Amino acid sequence: MPVRESGSLKLWQRRTQRESLSHWALWLIGIAIFAYCWQQISEATTWFFVWDAPRITQDIWSRATPPKWEYITQLGKPIWDTLNIATLGTIIALIMAVPIAFLAARNTTPSLLLIRPIALLIIVSTRSINSLIWALLLIAIIGPGVFAGVIAIAIRSIGFCAKLLYEAIEEIDTTQVEAITATGASRWQIMAYGIVPQIMPAFAGIAVFRWDINIRESTVLGLVGAGGIGLQLSSSLNVLAWPQVSLILLVILAAVVISEWVSAKVRAAII
Amino acid sequence: MLRLEKLVKTYKTGDQALKAVDLEIPEGQVLALIGPSGAGKSTLIRCINRLVEPTSGNVYLDGTELTGLSAGALRRERRRMGMIFQEYALVERLTVMENVLSGRLGYVGFWRSFLRRYPQQDVDEAFRLLDRVGLAHMADKRADELSGGQRQRVGICRALIQNPALLLVDEPTASLDPKTSRQIMRLICELCRERGLAAIINIHDVALAQMFVQRVIGLRLGAMVYDGPPEGLTPDKLTEIYGEEDWEATIEKVEEEDDVEAAE
Repeated sequence: MPVRESGSLKLWQRRTQRESLSHWALWLIGIAIFAYCWQQISEATTWFFVWDAPRITQDIWSRATPPKWEYITQLGKPIWDTLNIATLGTIIALIMAVPIAFLAARNTTPSLLLIRPIALLIIVSTRSINSLIWALLLIAIIGPGVFAGVIAIAIRSIGFCAKLLYEAIEEIDTTQVEAITATGASRWQIMAYGIVPQIMPAFAGIAVFRWDINIRESTVLGLVGAGGIGLQLSSSLNVLAWPQVSLILLVILAAVVISEWVSAKVRAAII
Repeated sequence: MLRLEKLVKTYKTGDQALKAVDLEIPEGQVLALIGPSGAGKSTLIRCINRLVEPTSGNVYLDGTELTGLSAGALRRERRRMGMIFQEYALVERLTVMENVLSGRLGYVGFWRSFLRRYPQQDVDEAFRLLDRVGLAHMADKRADELSGGQRQRVGICRALIQNPALLLVDEPTASLDPKTSRQIMRLICELCRERGLAAIINIHDVALAQMFVQRVIGLRLGAMVYDGPPEGLTPDKLTEIYGEEDWEATIEKVEEEDDVEAAE
């Protein structure tokens, strides 16, 4: 009861005495836990390295600058590979994602009880594993190189594209589909006239969005040997060739900026 | 030419939208279906072309029983029933021409329609129809660039290019302003007369229905409570269909509007 009477005065407090006491107790427990955790982390940390960090950063920075500009002649092919991995991977993913999306969407699936769960399972399983891990698996299966990278990107993107696409299919305006059905159109004609035009903007948006993401993802695939500029990055890191590393990072940055610009343009053109 | 026998529709929720409706429409008759929201007007016309599956009962179109047809046979019969919708239901991202030609989907194969290679006579007919409704210059516009009245005209062309024997018209004027509403209703009725089409027109606006049709059906809670000429809609009858309300104003308004029409 926050209101207390003392004589003719009515005193009002935010909390009763009990409430404010328990409040204080909770704060105390919270601080104690924080202090304990801090201590644990501190014991597990080699503080020497942390205190050393600014000096090391400075050291790497001084070694990495200026970038080794002449190295760029060797980067043309790898960055081209990277772009191709992203682009081809996205195209393959889209080809696979379209039928899966139609099978997964509630309003177009042939069977809600059997086929839809299978399609959803494909979407979830391809989406939940990172493309780097797909690449590791695929390198073991089909050997290192660009092809493994393309397939890794493609598999990782199927679930992403199919999920966004089937959500778009489920949100279409059903009266347009009804109208096409009423003309006596066949199942495939209903799809081509009633559904496809409605999901085209979503499809194009998803395609460039995923392509944009895949450019980033494909730059690291080389770290595990799946081709592209990541291969150069990992070998330069291994031999501590910092000026090369800094140049590679600049090239990746440029590629990402360009892809960002392209996808923004494409998206603006569709809408 | 169209006969409904004991048509019943019960939705999964248990709502009985249609209670054993019997109806016969002769060749070339334009009929208005009036009734409050939820009376089953939309359900009735959707049960005819089976966009909604009727629970029981029969529908005969020129002697063909529709409710028992296989998917393929149903598609062939649907070609003979053109449908016009309340919100136009055009495919918004396709052009006017594509929308009109989509009325021929029941006649052309998948690849022809997919590649937009319609037979020349279909294209000719599409241009003729667009010209008839005054939209010949709009053929290349995208459907979402058109105004409401223009879209409904495209919807009418799409229904007519099917070369139907029957038009199913679902609230054609509900999204239009009063003037456009009249123009659209007049256009539909004129075209029906020109081509000798029968039509069932669901309509909210009693006054508008009375102006244009020869026969009115009143539907209340899924059952027919009125079947007769538009002049027979007395305040008592309207009360039976819609419930208690002062109907004198509505009926007077009709007469006034008729005078205005005549003056124009």
